[in-house]
Amino acid sequence: MSILIYTENWEGKFKKLSFELASYASELAKQAGKEAVAVSLGKVEDAELQKLGQYGISKILVADDERFSNMDNKAITKALAAAAKKVSADTVVLAHNNLGKAIAPRLAARQSAGLVSAVVGLPLSTDPFTVKKMVFTGKAIAHLTIKTDKKVLTLAYNSFGLVENATKVSMEPFDTGLTDADFELQVLETNKVKGKVLLNEADIVVSGGRGMKSPDNWHLIESLAEELGAGTACSRPVSDEGWRPHSEHVGQTGKIIAPNLYFAFGISGAIQHLGGVSSSKVIVAVNKDHEAPIFEAADYGIVGDALKVLPELIEAVKEARS
Amino acid sequence: MKILVLIGNVPDTTTKIKFNADKTAFDDAGVQWIINPWDELALTRAIELKEAHAAAIETIVVANVGLALTEPTLRKALAVGADKAIRVDAKPVDAFFVASQLAQVAKDFDLILAGIEASDYNGSAVGGMLAELLDINSVSAVSGIEIDSENLRINREIDGGSQKLVCKTPMIAIVQKGIAKEPRIPAMRGIMMARSKPLEVVAATDTEALTSFDVFELPPAKAACKMVDEDNVKELVRLLKEEAKAL
Ligand SMILES: Cc1cc2nc3c(=O)[nH]c(=O)nc-3n(C[C@H](O)[C@H](O)[C@H](O)COP(=O)(O)OP(=O)(O)OC[C@H]3O[C@@H](n4cnc5c(N)ncnc54)[C@H](O)[C@@H]3O)c2cc1C
Ligand SMILES: Nc1ncnc2c1ncn2[C@@H]1O[C@H](COP(=O)(O)O)[C@@H](O)[C@H]1O
Repeated sequence: MSILIYTENWEGKFKKLSFELASYASELAKQAGKEAVAVSLGKVEDAELQKLGQYGISKILVADDERFSNMDNKAITKALAAAAKKVSADTVVLAHNNLGKAIAPRLAARQSAGLVSAVVGLPLSTDPFTVKKMVFTGKAIAHLTIKTDKKVLTLAYNSFGLVENATKVSMEPFDTGLTDADFELQVLETNKVKGKVLLNEADIVVSGGRGMKSPDNWHLIESLAEELGAGTACSRPVSDEGWRPHSEHVGQTGKIIAPNLYFAFGISGAIQHLGGVSSSKVIVAVNKDHEAPIFEAADYGIVGDALKVLPELIEAVKEARS
Repeated sequence: MKILVLIGNVPDTTTKIKFNADKTAFDDAGVQWIINPWDELALTRAIELKEAHAAAIETIVVANVGLALTEPTLRKALAVGADKAIRVDAKPVDAFFVASQLAQVAKDFDLILAGIEASDYNGSAVGGMLAELLDINSVSAVSGIEIDSENLRINREIDGGSQKLVCKTPMIAIVQKGIAKEPRIPAMRGIMMARSKPLEVVAATDTEALTSFDVFELPPAKAACKMVDEDNVKELVRLLKEEAKAL
């Protein structure tokens, strides 16, 4: 028996979340006396694949097949089901990101496996198999039990972390058995966000709201983010007004993120905004209104003008880092 | 082309979340129910498409798995512009159960729209499961749909960017932000017309849920926010570094 993870790659490289998945699966496998296996679809160099071993993966099924780069949900689901069968995996774990969210329910339905998405941390018990997840957009936590032997999970970002556990990895070429007819999606164009820290993966996120007053002030948010190696985000009205791209909008109707540190500049802290950021480990708020609800969610706060605090903060961070 | 829009019935997004005494279920006393925000945008887009391609789109049907209490939500969808509503008469116990129920009413559609997640239990599951049960294509994180003869032109968000693609019908688009700008609100005329539009109630099939909610808890209360003086920004950096160990 084994625990299988799907480690998607981005132009042949794994992202941090693949290593978080590997860490998680190897701990699950250890608890249950099973093997932690990864499946990789697409072209990934051996040296990159080897990295999964640092986080406890002992076997990798490698389907070196370019066709998977179009991210066809139906095709990937078929390939993962074949992989799960091959290594007798009773549990498959995917990342709770765009691709993981797209594939996990299909795979679960295909296998009549119980699914829990955006699981936080290790199971509370393995028999019955009970896990925790956030519900009501961060306002509550639920304990759910999967009743079937086969299970599919997606893991919430940054909810387990990276755990090193150097293991010898064996690699096995894997023939998914898919034919060209299985790849129906026709991708016309891909636009990549260049040179930026991905919001979902950032350890630190610097975010601005309407209190930033104008898009012309965003260089302050960007400078601080650059200084900290952070991602940038914004509240909904900011993206609605076109001050910032939609991909930066966080909250109930935007992205849900869980960085180690979240800075909110000129954000009131509406319940729908907090739904997207309340899982952050540490929240810092700068708002000129001492009664702004963001201070109820924040760990550290400054009552003041964001436009004045930001340049000073950038200087202070530079100083502290040098 | 026939379009089906899946409609989740969820508590208003500002609802204060409470549970029953033994914390095994959400306490819905006094709750205001709404169309799940994503589904409302999906329906809006479906209506926009029908307005733009009147000849190509035959009908827009909305479907929900729920008890009678969800009917006002379905009536609202009719008032906004759907032609017909279907309610599968069952309590939605888990995503697999819901998707299995929907599979019986979703067979004859070319385009099915689902939301990326329901704002109550945040399952992000029903759309994808339904696609697999129907054995049709699905595209997730969809932020734009255009009709192009037999095919659909779709924009989707991927991790680290976005893509434009072409997908054959039948297919399920699992939609997110961007699919429509603002949700349509029903006009008086729409509300009047909705009364005479069909709302069909279908019996549930025998399906078992694969997961169960055992218990709910509220997140631990946060410690009070530590305030730093605006003239002492260095102190904030020190605290983040030394106390929170976050820098
Ligand atoms: C169904 C629904 C879904 C929603 N989803 C989301 C979502 O996903 N994400 C989201 O963010 N919102 C969402 N909203 C909107 C949300 O309710 C708020 O309207 C929004 O978050 C407010 O954005 P804001 O804090 O930037 O702006 P405002 O509410 O205008 O707040 C601006 C803040 O900046 C402060 N300020 C002003 N000037 C300064 C200054 N110079 N320095 C410091 N502080 C200053 C003010 O005191 C105020 O607190 C949703 C709403 C609904 C109804
Ligand atoms: N009870 C339901 N009836 C109809 N559609 C639903 C129901 N529950 C969820 N959906 C659809 O599935 C999407 C995702 O919901 P979920 O998987 O529950 O997070 C929603 O946005 C709806 O489009």
